[in-house]
Amino acid sequence: MKDDQSSHAYWSATLALLGKILVIWFLASFGAGILFADFLNNFSLGGYPLGFWFAQQGSIYIFIALIFYYKKKMNELDVRFDVHED
Amino acid sequence: MELQTTIYIGVALSFLLYIGIAIWARAGSTSEFYVAGGSVHPVANGMATAADWMSAASFISMAGLISSMGYGGGLFLMGWTGGYVLLAMLLAPYLRKFGKFTVPQFIGDRFYSKSASTVAVVCLLTASLTYIIGQMTGVGVAFSRFLGVTSEMGIYIGMGIVFMYAVFGGMKGITYTQVAQYIVLILAYTVPAVFISFQLTGNPIPQLGLGSDLVGQDVSLLAKLDSVVTELGFGQYTTSVPGSTLNMFMYTLSLMIGTAGLPHVIMRFFTVPTVKDARSSAGWALVFIAILYTTAPAVAAMAKMNLLNTVTPGVVSGEVDVFAKDASLEFEKRPDWMKRWEKTGLLSFEDKNADGRIQYYNDKTTDEAVKAKVDEAGWQGNELTVNADIIVLANPEIALLPNWVIALIAAGGLAAALSTAAGLLMAISSAVSHDLIKNIFVPNISDKNELLTGKVSMAVAILIAGWLGLNPPGFAAGTVALAFGIAASSLFPAIMMGIFSKKMNKEGAIAGMLAGLLITLFYVFAHKGLFFVKGTDYLDMIGGANSFFGITPEAFGAVGAMVNFAVAFVVDKFTKEPPEHIQAMVEAVRIPRGSKSVDGAH
Repeated sequence: MKDDQSSHAYWSATLALLGKILVIWFLASFGAGILFADFLNNFSLGGYPLGFWFAQQGSIYIFIALIFYYKKKMNELDVRFDVHED
Repeated sequence: MELQTTIYIGVALSFLLYIGIAIWARAGSTSEFYVAGGSVHPVANGMATAADWMSAASFISMAGLISSMGYGGGLFLMGWTGGYVLLAMLLAPYLRKFGKFTVPQFIGDRFYSKSASTVAVVCLLTASLTYIIGQMTGVGVAFSRFLGVTSEMGIYIGMGIVFMYAVFGGMKGITYTQVAQYIVLILAYTVPAVFISFQLTGNPIPQLGLGSDLVGQDVSLLAKLDSVVTELGFGQYTTSVPGSTLNMFMYTLSLMIGTAGLPHVIMRFFTVPTVKDARSSAGWALVFIAILYTTAPAVAAMAKMNLLNTVTPGVVSGEVDVFAKDASLEFEKRPDWMKRWEKTGLLSFEDKNADGRIQYYNDKTTDEAVKAKVDEAGWQGNELTVNADIIVLANPEIALLPNWVIALIAAGGLAAALSTAAGLLMAISSAVSHDLIKNIFVPNISDKNELLTGKVSMAVAILIAGWLGLNPPGFAAGTVALAFGIAASSLFPAIMMGIFSKKMNKEGAIAGMLAGLLITLFYVFAHKGLFFVKGTDYLDMIGGANSFFGITPEAFGAVGAMVNFAVAFVVDKFTKEPPEHIQAMVEAVRIPRGSKSVDGAH
């Protein structure tokens, strides 16, 4: 870290990224899989009712994508704020 | 070859493999014993974490529960995978940067207090022990069927095997045996699923098969399943919710934050070389876990389909009136797999209306139309009882798959149960020898004695868990869910506040952990008995089962966690803030640069 300024900026950028990812995390599982499942069941994906699909399949695929997206973005942040490991 | 012989050979071969690897990689110094010298590649670590993670609960028990719960079973799927997102983003990289061996060490240093560390040890031991009880239940089920012994005997054999390689191998042995175990268990899970999916839908990929039409019919598998189960008075498969939507929400949340708070999983992230690797390890672990978790719903629905089709032949492949006089299966003509499972006592038939046929339906249904048909058919109650924990293991037999597939699933089930038990024992052993004995009671203990203490504590943990496993508080997955609730309510909030709140002090953290742990245990023990000992429950005191807004004890961890956060913040407000150097340390933990290999307390 260069100075206090940049370390604070790094941390707020990190928190902003986490916030964004957690919103999607919540919408994919608790949202589509539980709270809106009944409504989504009016639509279907192949032979799957959509709400059921989110609860038993879709949310898991989204979780994986989120972690790899997080990893990519964090590594970019590390370099941008010059706090990466060598 | 005979089925039983094939099973013996399959299980024996897989065991030789694990034990061989454990001996080959036998640990030397203390540092190697615990974290394999910090030198494990993210993909290998991901596989090992997946094996460690997917226990008897995931492998043996989960699909069976989904099979009987339907849509609501999704709470296990979302709960046990969604936690990885939290783990990867909120904890893993920071704990890796912190660079210590164990969770209690982090809590002790961050909250500059040995009392905090001791409380963390207590939380860790409670969660891990509860978890191992669930594993032992699973081991018992697996052995009782496949080695033709009683479930008690199965537990004793399992205790011996776990002890052997956890004690002699150490973590390094475990990391590589767990990679092998992952491969065995994932093949064991997916191969039968592929066969069955192809049989039923013509699509060999189970994830797609579940969303496909049945072979030779113009109706989707799930729609057909919905119509058959509704006809028999069960809740509709694709929509039935456990208790209430609120309960399902809290249950899922509890499993998610418990995942991120379980010490044996967190410990995995100390073993990767860098902070960057810690981030990707969680991702890889979830990829490997997802292979099983996205197959499980297919296994669940298809096993249900096949079971119904066994009891009422033709109900899946055509239009059969399930209430017709000669529709249900004659008991004398039942398939061999039923006879085999009858011996374990986990499947049973009682001919209530004395017609010599097996009637399988929901006799507690409130659907008047179903009731009327049941009366008309002269049914006197449900006659077939199937323990949910046997569905996965019996699945290839129900679908009449070849013997080697049945042997494979036996080996996989045991791999799942044993690998997780071993990982948990490592967490218990390091908590006792490192965090309790060395850091608090005997600071100048020698390396050799520390190692010995670790091994003795493993042995004691195995004995206690085995003993409680003989009288488990529920199905394997239910017991394990309790362990997650305990971790969720005690450890997760403390670790998270340690990283994300610079001002959180020791008083707040200790009060929070204690409040979360105690309120959760109070609610759980009310349902399940004090320390899970049968007959000591006190439901009257809390006003009956699930008295807190209809929330089941397995889902209560989320409430406990909220209590933990709330108490911690209130206490923190009224006590003095943490010293300057601790706040500086938190700043340093948040930044990847300068990470070094773990050094423990040497």
